[in-house]
Amino acid sequence: MAVEQPLRSPDAPAGDRSRIHDIGYRGYDGPRLGRGYARRSLYSQSLRGAYGLGRSLKSKVLPMLLFVVMCVPAAIMVAVAVATKMKSLPVDYTRYAILMQAVIGLYVASQAPQSVSRDLRFKTVPLYFSRPIETSDYVRAKYAALASALFVLTAAPLLVLYVGALLAKLDFADQTKGFAEGLVSVALLSLLLAGIGLVIAAVTPRRGFGIAAVIAVLTISAGAVSTLQAIADAQGSTGAVAWIGLFSPVTLIDGVQTAFLGATTSFPGGTGAGPSTAQGAVYVLVVLGLIAACYGLLMRRYKKVGL
Amino acid sequence: MPRAPAAARPVRDLRGIPDVPYDWRLTPRRLCGLTTARPAVTTVGGVTVIVTESLSKRFPRVTALDRLSVDVGPGVTGLVGANGAGKSTLIKILLGLSPATEGRAEVLGLDVATEGAAIRERVGYMPEHDCLPPDVSATEFVVHMARMSGLPPAAARERTADTLRHVGLYEERYRPIGGYSTGMKQRVKLAQALVHDPQLVFLDEPTNGLDPVGRDEMLGLIRRIHTDFGISVLVTSHLLGELERTCDHVVVVDGGALLRSSSTTDFTRTTTTLAIEVTDTDEHPDGTRAVREALLARGVRTEDGAGLPGAGHVLLLTAEGEQTYDLVRDVIADLGLGLVRMEQRRHHISEVFRDDHAQRDAQPEEAVRHGG
Repeated sequence: MAVEQPLRSPDAPAGDRSRIHDIGYRGYDGPRLGRGYARRSLYSQSLRGAYGLGRSLKSKVLPMLLFVVMCVPAAIMVAVAVATKMKSLPVDYTRYAILMQAVIGLYVASQAPQSVSRDLRFKTVPLYFSRPIETSDYVRAKYAALASALFVLTAAPLLVLYVGALLAKLDFADQTKGFAEGLVSVALLSLLLAGIGLVIAAVTPRRGFGIAAVIAVLTISAGAVSTLQAIADAQGSTGAVAWIGLFSPVTLIDGVQTAFLGATTSFPGGTGAGPSTAQGAVYVLVVLGLIAACYGLLMRRYKKVGL
Repeated sequence: MPRAPAAARPVRDLRGIPDVPYDWRLTPRRLCGLTTARPAVTTVGGVTVIVTESLSKRFPRVTALDRLSVDVGPGVTGLVGANGAGKSTLIKILLGLSPATEGRAEVLGLDVATEGAAIRERVGYMPEHDCLPPDVSATEFVVHMARMSGLPPAAARERTADTLRHVGLYEERYRPIGGYSTGMKQRVKLAQALVHDPQLVFLDEPTNGLDPVGRDEMLGLIRRIHTDFGISVLVTSHLLGELERTCDHVVVVDGGALLRSSSTTDFTRTTTTLAIEVTDTDEHPDGTRAVREALLARGVRTEDGAGLPGAGHVLLLTAEGEQTYDLVRDVIADLGLGLVRMEQRRHHISEVFRDDHAQRDAQPEEAVRHGG
């Protein structure tokens, strides 16, 4: 290969050393950073991808729009609270995500399939597994990336509320406690929704089916649970209301935060309708069990996809 | 680019190489950052790159590999077999992704059963099927794959630019892959297999779907991977003629079992067949027949090239050496005919499917037809 090609005529003045060197193939002797690094790279690439960063302009539109939609109500509430010198924020930190659950659901439905269905559809998965990373690295990176993206989506408006509350000179200790409880709650919500979204999306290589399936699972479960709860409440069987809440992701989180994070429940029947501490323990176990089950199902799925 | 301290950088292990031709501390290694000029010696003679010992893979209803034992040395090795002969299964096992039912295998001296991750760090893989997302550019995609192989960000970008240039992708590498031709996509697939500078690459049917020109270019590229880049290659194909031109060594598998393993020169050495075609003149209205008779008079038997394009105008004869060429030239010149062509037709690898030499020698035209 090593071809030297004089730029000027060979009888150019001596000392003229400008030449093009085609140095041919060069090997690589630098460091190879291994599995952990590859997993972190996949995580950051997937996290950026969940907001359309590093992708086409078109794919940035929806996640960015949803992010703005999540934050604008918080900003308006803060503006009102500051302007009218309210004594407390119009909405609890823990309640905000419950109110905005439709937006969060839409985000999961749009980004979970883009994270995993693309690799399945274009058969890129074998390229990953022909490299040092293992199935568990791939699944963890993708899961962590979508959960982090959801956490950013749900925690950002809480941060807006918190900063606004401090600007409005509300009680610092109160607000910090509420903010911390809100963060724990949205972290659990992010892990749960990311797991459910990825498991559904990883089944199909078709992105459209993935989106539809995630929306269907989230809305049908939420709709069914709230209908059943309303019926149970109307018939006076208030004990059943809390148990029914176990069957949809958002009411699960609602139950956990009502029992342990000082939130007021949105279950029908008022403040007393939320789960007791014992019931709350069941809620926590179900949430953690679901997260573990999602991880296990993803691992099983990718063991099969392999090469 | 921040340069790592020289002492901390791992260097290519040269212990096994006899008589290193120069002091490696004085080479341009230090001058060009992370990528370095490759030492002249890349493979140690006598080292085997892949070893399998009675390797079997049985699925509930199918036996994909049946007690396969082969040794593959450095260079370009072709793995030939019909669809379903067990080629892809073998690659999967060699990458450490699928456990063998019995037997053992080593790649670059590493056991596939226990050291799969270490193997995959040193080996590249180009799958048979499409594997490229259409909405990203070749550069972005290959950089990402380089990082998945453990290359730091700066090195990943530098290696990507280098590798894409070597496989023949230039300005188009910034465009989304969705708009590429099949040939360009195959080049991107090849680039992602080479980007981390592996010691060995597995290429699964790299010429699939390419037109004849693209096929030739891909085969030339595969040859260069070994000669210029110093990377050993295991390339699969179901077309024997392709591998004959590219490979140093050919392994033929059929039904999961080894049919034959030998060097390409062994396959095609034997005798050379010459094909000649001549013009007709007024003096000799049938030039071909005139040449045949003249050659027969000199004691050289010829055959007609039945089944070849231009049958009836082509004569085949066995070249014993230089003198045969001279004889043919003289005979045709004496008859005053024009020589349209005289070309060598080597015996083709397809003959490995024949059992004995006698049968092959009896039917040389059959051999030609396979490669024609």
